[in-house]
Amino acid sequence: MTRQMTGARMVVQALKDQGVDVVFGYPGGAVLPIYDEIFQQNEIQHILVRHEQGAVHAAEGYARATGKPGVVLVTSGPGATNAVTGLTDALMDSIPIIVLTGQVPTFMIGNDAFQEADTVGITRPCTKHNWLVKDTDKLSTVLHEAFHVAMTGRPGPVLVDIPKDVQFASGIYTAPQKGGSRRYQPQIKGDLDAITELVAALETAKRPIFYTGGGVINSGKAASQLLCELVEATGFPVTSTLMGLGAYPASGKSWLGMLGMHGLYEANMAMHGCDLMINIGARFDDRITGRVDAFSPHSTKAHIDIDPSSINKVIRVDIPIVGDVAHVLEDMLKIWKSRGRKTNKEALPKWWAQIEEWRKVDCLKFEQKGSIIKPQHALKRLEELTKGHDRYICTEVGQHQMWAAQYLNFEGPNRWMTSGGLGTMGYGFPASIGVQMAHPDALVINVAGEASWLMNMQEMGTAMQFNLPVKQFILNNERLGMVRQWQELLHGERYSQSWSESLPDFVKLAEAFGAKGILCSDPDDLDDAIMEMINYDGPVIFDCLVAKHENCFPMIPSGKAHNEMLLGDASTKNAIGAKGAVMV
Amino acid sequence: MSALQIKKGATSHSAYNLRSTFSDVEERHTLAVVVDNEAGVLARVIGLFSGRGYNIESLTVAEIDHTGHLSRITIVTTGTPQVIEQIKAQLGRIVPVHRVNDLTVEGPSVERELALFKVEGTGDKRVEALRLADIFRANVVDSTLTSFVFEITGAPEKIDAFAELMRPLGLLEVARTGVAALSRGGL
Repeated sequence: MTRQMTGARMVVQALKDQGVDVVFGYPGGAVLPIYDEIFQQNEIQHILVRHEQGAVHAAEGYARATGKPGVVLVTSGPGATNAVTGLTDALMDSIPIIVLTGQVPTFMIGNDAFQEADTVGITRPCTKHNWLVKDTDKLSTVLHEAFHVAMTGRPGPVLVDIPKDVQFASGIYTAPQKGGSRRYQPQIKGDLDAITELVAALETAKRPIFYTGGGVINSGKAASQLLCELVEATGFPVTSTLMGLGAYPASGKSWLGMLGMHGLYEANMAMHGCDLMINIGARFDDRITGRVDAFSPHSTKAHIDIDPSSINKVIRVDIPIVGDVAHVLEDMLKIWKSRGRKTNKEALPKWWAQIEEWRKVDCLKFEQKGSIIKPQHALKRLEELTKGHDRYICTEVGQHQMWAAQYLNFEGPNRWMTSGGLGTMGYGFPASIGVQMAHPDALVINVAGEASWLMNMQEMGTAMQFNLPVKQFILNNERLGMVRQWQELLHGERYSQSWSESLPDFVKLAEAFGAKGILCSDPDDLDDAIMEMINYDGPVIFDCLVAKHENCFPMIPSGKAHNEMLLGDASTKNAIGAKGAVMV
Repeated sequence: MSALQIKKGATSHSAYNLRSTFSDVEERHTLAVVVDNEAGVLARVIGLFSGRGYNIESLTVAEIDHTGHLSRITIVTTGTPQVIEQIKAQLGRIVPVHRVNDLTVEGPSVERELALFKVEGTGDKRVEALRLADIFRANVVDSTLTSFVFEITGAPEKIDAFAELMRPLGLLEVARTGVAALSRGGL
């Protein structure tokens, strides 16, 4: 179907044809024609954020919670540059978002016009692909291709820069083609010989482990189901990266908990001691591997990833499989079943017995005593009081994020939104807005630190305007907790600039926006206060005053191996050597 | 071939797997990258190299198919085998990239570069420059009473050698195109 229309109308038409129902954005001079078209229709809802960074994180939250792409519409110049952090965040965590930016008219490009920036130049390294459209006739094809590129293969952010004269001019609109762009068709099916080799390794492995990542979640709900089936059928232990939490349920009997720098003792020890590591949709990030030359020294490593450049990038693997997780797992199960569903029945119980020994260390134990709330305790109570709800959790970045990953349990995919690769403070609040837009009736909680939360606090206005009852659960230690922890371990307890001075009164701040504020400082009041937060119909800022100098453990110090974990304060003296200190 | 590590069951059956990838020795590789000739495509390729800290020894680009709007970028790079594999994989995931060929490992190939040399001198030096140019099969494309511009085509090593010889004879300026390369034989 082709017809004549203006570029601005094409944008709205393309969004409709791509099944978009919500756009996060902020208007400005260079996108006024598109906003005019948005005004004249009712199918697509526009969420007016208070800062463009918020729009991108909200779109990321929306995308992670739905599996659909998130869409952002911002103006030229500062609108586009404010979107850069969100684009980089989405690139690092493989989140499909489409950012549409206005641009000065084509005849003014290069003249340092008002609100002109080289948007495609600035965003080239932080998008999967981007386009500057100079011809209205090409606009609809580019928009459809943008959706295809964002969603196909390893998902990621894309950007389409649309000059204002292209928005005003008329051109031919083309509807989306089946199968998307011809030129971008990544490999989806894994190589059957390699999968068979992996199955053969499964059958004989004495100490196997599944190490899963965000790729399982990105591959769709079917991938999580197939993973569960595979784990249950083989009885192998499974651990996950921060990004992959929820793909295998935390209540499942094979679950070891998260691995990595602040992962669980049993998960990291099992990674170190395994003889077969099956990496499914993870990328051997430095938070996971620790010291690379001491990483899981005695294992055969298989790696399933849709992105060929992830394979052998950090860790050399023995069985590389390029393909989509769901497709590869399906083939893997099929082949494994056809070969008689064999596993090493003698060795596996011994492996599990060893894991149980590690579990006895009880690495997440803490003692809640006295009149000060421990952050771990606050999260344990939050877990207990919200676990029955239709619940989505976002986080900011820092200690609270790691504690949330450790103490909250995720039973399904798409329920955990956190900034993993880029570690963007200020991610969680706007992300929670995007999640609540996708799931209006769900309980959406952003576990935050006070410092991170303040980075995008302007989005309270968005939450109020659109009646989004997001719960901001702030673990307030009046410190940049993770920075403070590193300064304690690495920099002789010289706490340079890691204090949050002049903090606002969060209750009054909530009230200033017309929201509810709850202050809790007494462990005895905690449950009631959390219940009050859950039951309040509207946005809540929950100011939970917690212990100020609590450290996040377990911790693999930088430059150390998985089996050199710190478990608690007693073991932290000279924990990080000179070599480790230069790492982040 | 037995010395090469051929990975059983490796997903890609291309020649990329026909080398040992465990070595720490830096190698020089010539890559041919066919791309859609669209705005910004060269910036994407160069940005990949600078952003990830890869080396570029030489880079040439021109449109090779005017109807299909395809360009061929020839890149000479150095790195350990692992880095070279990464470069190829990273290039391969750029959306407008159609294919990446490693001419160094995929079989014999020919490499040629064109260079222009401006040499100034009189008397014996001028005669010697002209004589050496003849030996190297360089052409004179411009001449004054005191200068020559030589055009020379060949492998980069030949051009380096010519430059060394011209230096004491009054070499003023050099312009080099960078390497263009093709595999030998048919498809």
